Amino acid sequence: MCSLKVNNPGLLTTIQDFGRIGYGKYGIPRAGAMDELSLQLANILVGNDRYEAALEITLIGPEIEFYDNLIIAITGGNITPKINGKVIDMYSTIYVNRGDVLSFGNRVDGCRAYLALSGGFKVEEVMGSKSSYLRGSIGGYKGRRIMAGDSLAASGDKGYKYIGVRRIPKDFIPKLSNKYTARVIMGPEDDRFTDDGIKTFLNSQYILSNQYDRMGYRLNGAKIQHINGADILSGGITFGAIQVPGHGEPIIMMADRQTTGGYTKIANVISVDLPYLAQLKAGDKVNFKVVTVDKAQRLIRQREERIIEIVKGFEEDGLKISVKKSRNFVIAVNDKKFIVGIQELE
Amino acid sequence: MHKKIKFLPSGDSGLIIELGNEISKDINRRIRALSHWIEMNRFEEIVEIIPTYTTVLIIYNPLKITYKQLANRLQNIEKHIDKLRLPPPEAVHIPVLYGGEYGLDIEYVANYNGLTIDEVINIHSSPNYLVYMMGFTPGFPYLGGMSERIATPRLDIPREKISGSSVGIAGRQTGIYTIDSPGGWQIIGRTPLKLFDPKKSRAVLLNAGQYVKFRPISKGEYGVISQAIKDNSYEIVKTSLREEK
Repeated sequence: MCSLKVNNPGLLTTIQDFGRIGYGKYGIPRAGAMDELSLQLANILVGNDRYEAALEITLIGPEIEFYDNLIIAITGGNITPKINGKVIDMYSTIYVNRGDVLSFGNRVDGCRAYLALSGGFKVEEVMGSKSSYLRGSIGGYKGRRIMAGDSLAASGDKGYKYIGVRRIPKDFIPKLSNKYTARVIMGPEDDRFTDDGIKTFLNSQYILSNQYDRMGYRLNGAKIQHINGADILSGGITFGAIQVPGHGEPIIMMADRQTTGGYTKIANVISVDLPYLAQLKAGDKVNFKVVTVDKAQRLIRQREERIIEIVKGFEEDGLKISVKKSRNFVIAVNDKKFIVGIQELE
Repeated sequence: MHKKIKFLPSGDSGLIIELGNEISKDINRRIRALSHWIEMNRFEEIVEIIPTYTTVLIIYNPLKITYKQLANRLQNIEKHIDKLRLPPPEAVHIPVLYGGEYGLDIEYVANYNGLTIDEVINIHSSPNYLVYMMGFTPGFPYLGGMSERIATPRLDIPREKISGSSVGIAGRQTGIYTIDSPGGWQIIGRTPLKLFDPKKSRAVLLNAGQYVKFRPISKGEYGVISQAIKDNSYEIVKTSLREEK
């Protein structure tokens, strides 16, 4: 069974969920969505589990033809998504019909868009996750990026349950920009830098180089001074860890980071700011600002409470009705043609 | 007397336990005991752990527990480490075809150290190498215990592609490539075993705390083992070692 076919894959489109958890001790990177907030919101809009797999789309969007009536949602960076050539809303539930074509236009903001599908994508889990890890050729669609001609299936039953039209509240939609101040928790190896080095790190603006990918972001800017070299015994690396190798310019470790590394880590970007970082691209500007662990953990708890509240609101509004039939009609009004989808409810 | 245990935050979802600052068998044993104790307790707040030479990185869910609460809970962990008895260590036997087309640099390693090729093979395959930690690439073991008599610097210009399962030397360490990747190690042989195979339910061959014993094999035996692996009939050879003090 095929739910959609890829006519054009875009620049880099992969299947990502919340990542491969529990295999770090064997050296297997976690991978997973770069922007986990947008992944969660896209899934919520189509009625999925929040951590279900979606397509992660990078800078240039794919062209996708639907072979089934489905619910989709697009979140994250705005690359002007269109259905049959007409611009559609992001952060909203969208009902598509067999034969519809999804395409993308100009990039308006951000770097990565997420396309969720009701039921999620039907691909095999590798070590408990559907996430693509391209360097290891594992997960996602046959361990590789999406290519032209690929057919993807939704996991759910044919058709879908009508869930109404969900919209993420305006104030909760991330505002993306090409300048970002990332909040960080200092350490674990901040004691390996001179006072001047720490000042440089916190008072300088860094520019994202063109070496920025799912594994890490190399930044250009003022060089950060070590006390006695950049090498440490290899230790574990968390998402958002900021390594400073001997050359003094920081590298932020992202979703596909290796599990361990031997460079000093001056600080770590906090969880609620990582989705914004994931939306930056070459040439964008980054500053760093220190917060405490307490503060960072308060922020992540507040975000979680808000997400739970939004989901609860949707579920209370939701009609538990399934669609029996879905058809398209072309209606002409004043010489203008409109496509109207009609859904017969049970 | 052991160095005092240190707790450090690594972002808002990571806690590092540091047990020392040098590579040693004793610290490594304590790291393993600590990891073992954490895994046995199945804390629901802990997502996963990454043990390394001198630290254990604990990834936890900050929605379930705060950094301070977790550090408090682990405050007395030292008591458990010293009480805990680890299962006796085992050595995993890794057959290696040394030299020839699979070990292009073995002659260089021999010449560099003033040895014959047979002596290099003998020295390399004698010790039990401790797997101190896993990392770098999927399934890659950080091995300790190589004789300095075969230590050889890396290649000046790294090769663009080194095949997975190649056995090499870089300075004073030895290792086994787990996936095809660029690299500058002196390649002395290849094993028919796969250290990382995502198609298997146990994708990774080795574990931190195990030992590796290289066993020299002939070209014929290499072919036989390769076929057995294909047929899924090859059994990994393991031997128990006496507990080391």
